[in-house]
Amino acid sequence: MRPVQAAPAYHLILEGILILWIIRLLFSKTYKLQERSDLTVKEKEELIEEWQPEPLVPPISKDHPALNYNIVSGPPSHNIVVNGKKCVNFASFNFLGLLDNPRVKAAALASLKKYGVGTCGPRGFYGTFDVHLDLEDRLAKFMKTEEAIIYSYGFATIASAIPAYSKRGDIVFVDRAACFAIQKGLQASRSDIKLFKHNDMTDLERLLKEQEMEDQKNPRKARVTRRFIVAEGLYMNTGTICPLPELVKLKYKYKARIFLEESLSFGVLGEHGRGVTEHFGISIDDIDLISANMENSLASIGGFCCGRSFVIDHQRLSGQGYCFSASLPPLLAAAAMEALNIMEENPGIFSVLKEKCKRIHKALQGISGLKVVGESLSPAFHLQLKDSTGSREKDVKLLQEIVNHCMDRSIALTQARYLEKEEKCLPPPSIRVVVTVEQTDEELERAAHTIKEVAQAVLL
Amino acid sequence: MRPGPGGCCCRRPLRANGCVANGEVRNGYVRSSAAAAAAAGQIHHVTQNGGLYKRPFNEAFEETPMLVAVLTYVGYGVLTLFGYLRDFLRHWRIEKCHHATERKEQQDFVSLYQDFENFYTRNLYMRIRDNWNRPICSVPGARVDIMERQSHDYNWSFKYTGNVIKGVINMGSYNYLGFARNTGACQEAAAKVLEEYGVGVCSTRQEIGNLDKHEELEKLVASFLGVEAAMAYGMGFATNSMNIPALVGKGCLILSDELNHASLVLGARLSGATIRIFKHNNMQSLEKLLKDAIVYGQPRTRRPWKKILILVEGIYSMEGSIVRLPEVIALKKKYKAYLYLDEAHSIGALGPSGRGVVDYFGLDPEDVDVMMGTFTKSFGASGGYIGGKKELIDYLRTHSHSAVYATSLSAPVVEQIVTSMKCIMGQDGTTLGKQCIQQLAENTRYFRRRLKEMGFIIYGNEDSPVVPLMLYMPAKIGAFGREMLKRNIGVVVVGFPATPIIESRARFCLSAAHTKEILDTALKEIDEVGDLLQLKYSRHRLVPLLDRPFDETTYEETED
Repeated sequence: MRPVQAAPAYHLILEGILILWIIRLLFSKTYKLQERSDLTVKEKEELIEEWQPEPLVPPISKDHPALNYNIVSGPPSHNIVVNGKKCVNFASFNFLGLLDNPRVKAAALASLKKYGVGTCGPRGFYGTFDVHLDLEDRLAKFMKTEEAIIYSYGFATIASAIPAYSKRGDIVFVDRAACFAIQKGLQASRSDIKLFKHNDMTDLERLLKEQEMEDQKNPRKARVTRRFIVAEGLYMNTGTICPLPELVKLKYKYKARIFLEESLSFGVLGEHGRGVTEHFGISIDDIDLISANMENSLASIGGFCCGRSFVIDHQRLSGQGYCFSASLPPLLAAAAMEALNIMEENPGIFSVLKEKCKRIHKALQGISGLKVVGESLSPAFHLQLKDSTGSREKDVKLLQEIVNHCMDRSIALTQARYLEKEEKCLPPPSIRVVVTVEQTDEELERAAHTIKEVAQAVLL
Repeated sequence: MRPGPGGCCCRRPLRANGCVANGEVRNGYVRSSAAAAAAAGQIHHVTQNGGLYKRPFNEAFEETPMLVAVLTYVGYGVLTLFGYLRDFLRHWRIEKCHHATERKEQQDFVSLYQDFENFYTRNLYMRIRDNWNRPICSVPGARVDIMERQSHDYNWSFKYTGNVIKGVINMGSYNYLGFARNTGACQEAAAKVLEEYGVGVCSTRQEIGNLDKHEELEKLVASFLGVEAAMAYGMGFATNSMNIPALVGKGCLILSDELNHASLVLGARLSGATIRIFKHNNMQSLEKLLKDAIVYGQPRTRRPWKKILILVEGIYSMEGSIVRLPEVIALKKKYKAYLYLDEAHSIGALGPSGRGVVDYFGLDPEDVDVMMGTFTKSFGASGGYIGGKKELIDYLRTHSHSAVYATSLSAPVVEQIVTSMKCIMGQDGTTLGKQCIQQLAENTRYFRRRLKEMGFIIYGNEDSPVVPLMLYMPAKIGAFGREMLKRNIGVVVVGFPATPIIESRARFCLSAAHTKEILDTALKEIDEVGDLLQLKYSRHRLVPLLDRPFDETTYEETED
């Protein structure tokens, strides 16, 4: 009791008031943040009863243009049987004709006899075969880079590569005509996306300059924000080549890394088929990452990324499509390796392809109602309507009529398919025409002639 | 006291190692009798749902022993300190820096990687890196040949010595029904199709890449699963990441299990819907989320959700647990949600006729709205599928990202799937399929029981062919992998970030191709290594059973 008596009077009074205040607070009503009348159990049950979800999927009308697929009986090679009709194939991306090459088939067969079909595991858990390591080595040597990494699905390659490096807060400058796989990769990365007009370097420079101004305002943030430029070697949606020398200049000027997507240009451009870097004579070290799929020129399945070890090695632990997915079946890897061998042995094949592309480009000029979209070097280009009818649905129907008539006359074509609601910059409807080395000159002439006739008949 | 025909075997008041009331936090699962009172309350709840389960559901996640947890944290602490020391030495060039560096011309670019991001990789993962990415050079069957590799700079780089370690027992590949073979009917059929069709397809499904083989496969998958229609895709991972965004979008709600696979998480993120996570396999947590979602609607605007999608997996590959499908379906029906079931590991591996977890519980496949699975594990091929009502598949054929932009399955792979599926269904005229399924079930029961008898902590359901054996301490991860390889057994060890930081484990994947001799050899070696590394942490010892024939309602006595 002595400390209490020794304390001065005002001290005791103050503490007494505080204790009384605490007691009052403890017994007063709790303070509600908002006037929320709690629902009774009965009301909750009523709400649960009444709630009606939307149907899981909206109904699809029977004549949706994409519902009924063309059925190909037999291999989708040069002479293809579509819906029972024998046609010459102008629709599969089999640029070098390696789909039914006997050497490729033999290599795949040997691999099948040794390893079976599946790998039964991801790369980390006994899913790495010596075939994968060999293919990665060969691809790295072929592209003259330090390292390459293989994915088991072409779409997943660029869609996993971009989010492995670019995270929230980083900035990516991407072309408007980038393909869907790149768009999904960018969406998964959660970075800031800045679109620049297709192949327009002044627009890109403008965006880069704006970003530079922003950086000067906030230098601390700028020091940790990574910048990337994503472009395609040969654009799938427009058939044009990206202006790589200007891109490289901009890279060094504004310190942004370049990711190049070469699915269409690998095995097509360049003296030895090494893609757009060889085409322009640019050192491959200037490009940070090259990603391509093996489903076009190499006529296999899967994809790869190549570049310096500093860049590529990171994907072995952070590429989602690499770590969390089963590896590429060995027979597909063996087929890709043999296809690569064939590409290395006949470098003349690329100039043959270029010749054929030029020929059909010239032949298809001046069709009434259709215009050719794409460069003369591009083996996959588009035929779009010169004057749209005004509604995309009608355009699609018209083009489908042209495609059907061409198929009746033994030329297999297809419309370029897009997801209309998901694409950022939806390209106009078009017919996709693909040139391969297996097509003879007569077939090219006949195709051009057929398309001309059909277009005239349908569009007039 | 034998369990009743319709119930869970948790009527005993004693602690039960194989008993499950309802899921709790993973780490605090089976407790000693102090919590039996709480357990009794939970038991009551399950008995009400007991009618849903037609067979006993035995799942257990034994609690981490306290001493082990403390020592594990200490271990990680020491490693982190050493990591900082080594980074310091590397920075001041006292120690040689082995990893690749940026180009000289690009030194003034913003650095591509944050230093701290790679701290774990540089200092912890690198030390035991030789346990992963082991290259093989034979069929990934019951025995596999591993290429020997050596490292002279502590795992920074590997050299192949040229030797091959032959006949390593393979306990890591997902080969549940033993279809990873390079001889036999499947391989011959695939070879024939390869000769005829070639390997590539070079186009998408909607353009000109839809082969007659694909149509055949899809009809077969639909009849296998017991659904109206099915659609096949080229990659299992991509099946999830490309189709979930097609099904749900903004304004929808996704309820996803805590331990869902990366592909489900990515698909949910890409869809733009709101994601809410419920505790692993915990039906109370799921019910609460469903109730709150419907009663309170979307956050802030209070508008009702457009639809609710529940994402679960059949077997969770890191835990070895099986989803409580009867309860999930009961909840889904009550609250009018949709169910997306990812059967990547369970298709072919569970169920009396190998049709997956729906078959295992004896339920109706029509109750599951979207049945997804992969062909990689039980069918020895690659790719994925989705099965469901015809409207769903029609919608996916027109709106799935994969159908529009991604190449379709390769023809010989399709043939492998078709042949193996026909074999499992018994349509090839042999009983090989049935035998494989039975062999796998027997192997699972036997292996799990023996490991538990030895005293290891084993997670997961009694019937799941994925068997996680707990290691906990970081040094034991590397030691276990290496010791087992010395004894000619290839195992998979997993640590952070695939598992929580202190719960690293070794994961065995059983296969119908494993004979009893192979399993016995493996068990002997695991026993030895377990004693050597002191891995027998379990405090619930099992009394070894006398040799009884395998019976679905078998259960174990426990003693402490």
